[in-house]
Amino acid sequence: MSFDVPDDLRYLDSHEWVRHEDGTATIGISEFAQDELGDVVFVELPGEDDELAAGEDFGVVESIKAVSDIYAPVSGTVVGVNDALVDEPELINEDPYGEGWLLEVALTDEGELDDLLSADEYRDQIA
Amino acid sequence: MSLRSPPLADAHEAAGARFTDFGGWEMPVEFDSIRTEHAAVRDSAGKFDVSHMGEIVVSGPDATRLLQRLTTNDVTDLDPGEAHYSAITREDGVMLDDTVVYRLPAAVEGDYLFIPNAGHDEQMADRWREHTDEWGFDATVDNRTTEYGLIALQGPETPDLLSNETDADIPAMGRFEIVAAGVAGADCLVATTGYTGEAGYEILCPWDEVESVWNALDCQPCGLGARDTLRLEMGFLLSGQDFDPEAEPRNPYEAGIGFVVDLDTEFVGRDALEGVDVEGVDEKLVGLSLIDRGIPRAGYTVTTPDGEELGTVTSGTMSPTLGDPIALAYIPTDYTEPGTKLRVVVRDEPKKARTRTTPFLDR
Repeated sequence: MSFDVPDDLRYLDSHEWVRHEDGTATIGISEFAQDELGDVVFVELPGEDDELAAGEDFGVVESIKAVSDIYAPVSGTVVGVNDALVDEPELINEDPYGEGWLLEVALTDEGELDDLLSADEYRDQIA
Repeated sequence: MSLRSPPLADAHEAAGARFTDFGGWEMPVEFDSIRTEHAAVRDSAGKFDVSHMGEIVVSGPDATRLLQRLTTNDVTDLDPGEAHYSAITREDGVMLDDTVVYRLPAAVEGDYLFIPNAGHDEQMADRWREHTDEWGFDATVDNRTTEYGLIALQGPETPDLLSNETDADIPAMGRFEIVAAGVAGADCLVATTGYTGEAGYEILCPWDEVESVWNALDCQPCGLGARDTLRLEMGFLLSGQDFDPEAEPRNPYEAGIGFVVDLDTEFVGRDALEGVDVEGVDEKLVGLSLIDRGIPRAGYTVTTPDGEELGTVTSGTMSPTLGDPIALAYIPTDYTEPGTKLRVVVRDEPKKARTRTTPFLDR
């Protein structure tokens, strides 16, 4: 099976993605990750103004069968939380790069983005 | 130790199933999604390959006496073609396994069949044989686990579905019965038993013919993931998790299946269980619903609202049918009254929960 890995995103080897626009990063989990987890039924996320540190876990995604920590690809301050996931955690399965996003973060250091995997590198990892 | 594979392993692989190690067997855990498979069984029909379950046939003049002394229920209640749920206990009353005992129909070779849980077949066959010798009984114990495949066909549409594939009078069967029947050209045993709370069948087929039977039963293939959420909604026990002679030693009263213990019969463990009834146990398995957001999982701690530790979750999930987080846990009987407010500790966070009776789902 082949999974969608959009070219314009950066990735962590633990399957989180980042979309960068003007100093703000949107974070989610990849299509591969949601498929591995199966039906997502619960998401635990930080609140607005909370700080993320690159490489540290900041929340949890739970499917019926598994609990998975999610890791911050970048450091920054949370400026947006996808509240729709409270009632519809299945959005992560249905649209992992769109409506299933997790957080928006104001980046502390845009240079951290360079440490992340490119789409090609991430494709190699999950192949 | 290498993993055992079910006869349908290649077919599952081709269908895109994910696999897991369960009881020493590599079994399909998910075909499409647990939610899809779960809903198919509740709403229409699903089929499970449960060939990892054991099959042991007991025959001979003393077969009834042997079963009577090694299982807790009264085997003499069974007429040919009938079955019941039972427990297998050791001298101290602790459950080694739970099982369904079938008295085979007169036309079928062998007297009794019982189904130990995955990975327990050899241990149980040895136990039966040792006791046969010890007690000087005239009985044979035949472990046929790798001679039979087992398909569980479950869901409200399965009576019609199976009727189309067999000449046996399927709608005439009551619960916990077993008949010999040709299914898709294979000589099978069809039993009205299951692990989901729905109408359904467990079909024992010759190992080499499982695939033709499986393919003839045209409905959603389901893995062990959905099997677990379906059984948990009914509060059915999972051997090795909700009880286990080493990790979770429990007697049938603690586990909530005192109804399979007949103290008027002489079985191994009877004396230890005599006088222990539902009132006589210190701890009992209870259903829990979470009120706060969160999902209770096996191993999570259960406390009072003040934080006093009471016990541990043995099984928990998000119920796909109810959309609520549900769990089973052993806690002191003082706290088992339905509606008692407790806490389940989820990642260091106490979440509000309430005890309740099982099944979680009315069926």
